[in-house]
Amino acid sequence: MIKTLMKSIGEYKVSSILSPVFVSFEVILECLLPLVITKLVESIKSGIVIWGTDGTLGIGQYGLILIAMSLASLACGALAGAFCAKAAAGFAKNLRRDLFYRVQEFSFENIDKFSTSSLVTRMTTDVMNVQLSYMMIIRTAIRCPLMIIFSVIMAFVMGGNLAFIFIAVIFPLGALLFLILIKALPLFHRLFPKYDALNESIQENVKGIRVVKSYNREEFEKQKFDRASSELQRNFTKAERLLAWNNPIMNFFFYGVLSAVLFIGSYLILSRTPVGEGVTLTSEKISQLIVYGMQVLMSLMMFSMIFSMIAMSIESARRITEVLKEESTLHSPENALTTVKDGSVDFENVDFKYSRTAEKNVLENINLHIRSGETIGIIGGTGSSKTSLVNLISRLYDVTEGCVKVGGEDVRAYDLEALRNQVAVVLQKNELFSGTIKENLRWGNPEATDEELVEACKLAQADEFIRGFPDGYDTYIEQGGTNVSGGQKQRLCIARALLKKPKILILDDSTSAVDTHTDALIRKAFKEYIPSTTKIIIAQRTSSVEDADRIIIMNNGKIDAVGSHEQLLHNNKIYTEVYLTQNKGGKAISSLSEMTQTDKKEGDDNE
Amino acid sequence: MNKNARGKLKAPKGTMLRTLKALFHFYPFLMTFTLILILVNAVISAIPAYFMGNIYKQLEFAEEAIKAGQTVVWSWVDGYGGEITKSMLTLIGLYMISVIAGAVDKQLMAVITQGFLKKMRGLMFNGMQDLPIKYFDTHTHGEIMSYYTNDIDTLRQMISQSLPQLLTSVVMVITLFGLMLYYSLWLTLICLAAVAVILIVTKVVGGGAGKYFLAQQRAVAKTEGYIEEMMNGQKVVKVFCHEKEAKADFDKVNENLFVQANRANRYANMLMPILGNIGHVLYVIIALVGGVFILNKVHNVSISGEGFVTVAGGIAVLLSFLQATRQFTNNINQVSNQVNSVVMGLAGAARLFALIDEKPEEDFGSVTLVNVKEENGKLIECEHRTEEWAWKKPLADGTTQLIRLAGDIRISDMDFGYVPEKTVLHNISLFAHPGQKIAFVGATGAGKTTVTNLLNRFYDIKQGTILYDGINISEIKKGELRRSIGMVLQDTNLFTGSVIDNIRYGRTDATDEECVEAAKLAGADDFITRLPEGYNTMLHQNGANLSQGQRQLLSIARAAVADPPVMVLDEATSSIDTRTEAIVQAGMDKLMEGRTVFVIAHRLSTVKNSDAIMVLEHGRIIERGNHEQLIAQKGQYYMLYTGAFELE
Repeated sequence: MIKTLMKSIGEYKVSSILSPVFVSFEVILECLLPLVITKLVESIKSGIVIWGTDGTLGIGQYGLILIAMSLASLACGALAGAFCAKAAAGFAKNLRRDLFYRVQEFSFENIDKFSTSSLVTRMTTDVMNVQLSYMMIIRTAIRCPLMIIFSVIMAFVMGGNLAFIFIAVIFPLGALLFLILIKALPLFHRLFPKYDALNESIQENVKGIRVVKSYNREEFEKQKFDRASSELQRNFTKAERLLAWNNPIMNFFFYGVLSAVLFIGSYLILSRTPVGEGVTLTSEKISQLIVYGMQVLMSLMMFSMIFSMIAMSIESARRITEVLKEESTLHSPENALTTVKDGSVDFENVDFKYSRTAEKNVLENINLHIRSGETIGIIGGTGSSKTSLVNLISRLYDVTEGCVKVGGEDVRAYDLEALRNQVAVVLQKNELFSGTIKENLRWGNPEATDEELVEACKLAQADEFIRGFPDGYDTYIEQGGTNVSGGQKQRLCIARALLKKPKILILDDSTSAVDTHTDALIRKAFKEYIPSTTKIIIAQRTSSVEDADRIIIMNNGKIDAVGSHEQLLHNNKIYTEVYLTQNKGGKAISSLSEMTQTDKKEGDDNE
Repeated sequence: MNKNARGKLKAPKGTMLRTLKALFHFYPFLMTFTLILILVNAVISAIPAYFMGNIYKQLEFAEEAIKAGQTVVWSWVDGYGGEITKSMLTLIGLYMISVIAGAVDKQLMAVITQGFLKKMRGLMFNGMQDLPIKYFDTHTHGEIMSYYTNDIDTLRQMISQSLPQLLTSVVMVITLFGLMLYYSLWLTLICLAAVAVILIVTKVVGGGAGKYFLAQQRAVAKTEGYIEEMMNGQKVVKVFCHEKEAKADFDKVNENLFVQANRANRYANMLMPILGNIGHVLYVIIALVGGVFILNKVHNVSISGEGFVTVAGGIAVLLSFLQATRQFTNNINQVSNQVNSVVMGLAGAARLFALIDEKPEEDFGSVTLVNVKEENGKLIECEHRTEEWAWKKPLADGTTQLIRLAGDIRISDMDFGYVPEKTVLHNISLFAHPGQKIAFVGATGAGKTTVTNLLNRFYDIKQGTILYDGINISEIKKGELRRSIGMVLQDTNLFTGSVIDNIRYGRTDATDEECVEAAKLAGADDFITRLPEGYNTMLHQNGANLSQGQRQLLSIARAAVADPPVMVLDEATSSIDTRTEAIVQAGMDKLMEGRTVFVIAHRLSTVKNSDAIMVLEHGRIIERGNHEQLIAQKGQYYMLYTGAFELE
């Protein structure tokens, strides 16, 4: 995992190295300071010199040295901070980029595996967590052990054997802090999902407040919430109380060290007991030893704190790695075909399932031959695998058995981009992107002229309403296309697909929010202006497909029947049933769906 | 989420007081005790500097004596050793009190913090249940959720850490200040000058960081927005082979975020070493100045009366003072650190209090819904469920009147606007006899859903009246009114729990059999039994594992189990495909049988057989009548029906 993540450090390697380097300088300077301060105090005691000459240093010189050291330490600290910020921000940037790029390579199967919201979380919250951890690793996590080591060394230099007190304390304190940590971490790990669950239930309540109020369930909801909230409180209190021991334990040891150094030190000075070769204790040394003691213990405490924070971000790191390591399940073959001969489509003994381990096939034994230029309608209930069927044509998924041919060649032989440029799909769950209408349309063809845009929009019956907008083709589409109605959105999506000038055009329930009249105009335009394009239309309404050359009836992943409107009305039960429900009362009329389309949620995408 | 509006860190005055009041209100004894512990601990943490000073003094004198050739021996009771031991024992005693007080206060604080948060959450949530629908319509979900996540988090931070820390630091700063004056006025003044520098640096660097953090926040929001949009449209990207362009656009947004994050964190990271080293410089300056004082035997001004006249005495004062200086600057840094998070916490607390203070839905209704049975042509109130209901209306003379619940709805001359300036419904009058089916047809925004919102008093009408079985609905208790009107909405909301629990949401005392019966009626039984664990299958995230159509079937079953005399079906079958709807139709017909039903639907099969269809346009009923009449009129409805007309 770490290796995968490390790759994303990239050009920020230098900063990542410089940060700990400067941290080290800062630590060394900080550890030398007390030593020089002792010298200063000693010189106050012994010499009456402000500016020493002939080799001895006066307090003026010591003062200057100390201030210079402080400033150098300040510079090192600030530089370390700056490099650290750059390295972490850069690492995060690269991680986001690598994730985003990786997702761009994903096939539909890969996308289905990770939900949209989980991909967003991975690129945002998770990356942020890793960034924070990284910042701590290359700064604080380096600083703490260095501080401990140097402080202890300096303590020995200054206080001789007295410094053994530090050694005696580091290990039990470290062990205790670590113990609390490994007991508390799992508690928190179990708690966070519960906390999330509580927040999710609040969200559920807020979204469903109309249901709550309609069924007069306010009291019920309050009780439900109180139960969950009380349970959370109990568990959180338990975990927090465990962590709350950190501080007193730390204080206990700090005061212990302080008292021991002070008391034993005093005894040693007064009894003039030597503490090591060439080391004599003095009161100012004791005062500085206490400073070292504080540095050691504080560092230990910090270390345990950031350790817990880093431990908590490991889950984020794992989730990021999961995406980075995900290999796309679809690739263009070598020596791929780059031209599609015509718009014919052939399914030969096709079986298909979404997951290799799934028991049941989603499509079973499909044999179907569509001639170039033919118009095909597809009708079937939810779960009859209509969408799955057409998704195989532009190789959004690979067949499990058999093969799908476009222009007489297996789709797997084509270069993916070349194939998809010739097979335009208007997805059932379609999206417009924030940007102008023009920008959105040019997704179909970046080089399209304004005239071409208008032409495509005319075919899709979108030109008229676009011109009705104050800004016309430059109207800004909000994120998610919320400022156009469902019917308008669908027509824009069709226009966008038309701009590809594809050999095969697939509409997956793409006119459901368009009224029947306009729907008919679109189909008429298709017939007149793009007669050679193969058109495959999935629809809920029989009226959308009744003038197709052939209509395919899908049922439970199998082709139930193929035939013309008249034939099917004559001999197909499903088609007749659907037709009659939609046309009760005789006239060939359909729904009023257009009136409510704006808030209408699209159906499930993977049938 | 309106992140920008949240950027402001302003809490109205009195928030602090209110927070403290709430804390003491919930935990009067614990809070007082904890507060005392914190104060004691803070003072005790500052005092040792004095005793340490005393020990240094003894050491200095002893060292001087040794230098002068006197014999110095260690003794536990007499001489320098005795003095040191005495101070040492006091010191250890103080430390023990401090550790114990600290341990107890931290434990209590953990209990108080979590308890307080739980109580706040409870207040917020309970208050929220009683808020009018208007509140939810005028606040985004993200906004409401952020009270429970962000604001609660900053509040936790403030109560468990920042506030106690701030209190401790302030008390210590004051105590240490006294101690420093005790040693030397001159040195204290130098110290104060340094504090001024520290505060200025904190303001400049910290302020810079704050500004850049806001910029970073904006960049984060922008990047997240972009990522969200692209991930939602990822399949479209693939279909259009738009990967290269997506990458290029992403790089731009990403680079901007990097620049902002780098800048903000750089400032923040630099603050600590700068402050730390100002502390060092101050330390050195004090040592230097002290040294000069000692060398020149400067006259000291101090409470202790000790001075820099003798070297040993001077050094002892200096060492004690230096010790105090270090603690002093550390605590000043703490104060400046904590102030920020206290301000943030207070801003959060202010928002939470605002939520708690929101005015709940008013309810002046007095008419309740009771079970009845009929005996000798008279209605008699029953305790148990009888399948027969009546309105219980208190009369002026203290008696009550029972009116059979039939489902007769009359709306007359109703005007309504969500905001006073804009009337969205004009002069609506209609009636529905018990068992009738009334349909609403019209474009989005024509006011169809608004009519139903008024029926169950999610909003209150401004003009006109709505009579329910002859009773003005404003006289009926809201809860009881809503209980009598079943709602199936277009956006189905299911709750985390099993399938059967979700169905039972309609009526908590429904038996399993009744739930299954309702599911069968709604046509949901078929798919439920095919779920891995049937009726016990757990649903998460609004039933994410179900299709939209299946969710709608469940919400129909939920309404069916409630068995209300009046039903509102607002696009209830919009996501059920035509084939399934054909199967469900029979169940729906049965469900609607004998009830007054208001239907908003786009499928003619649902609307057509209504007793009356209202065509709404811009809040007015422009056509009304049954299907045949409306077709014969050849008006708007006819055009819609024949598909010659599209409403946007």
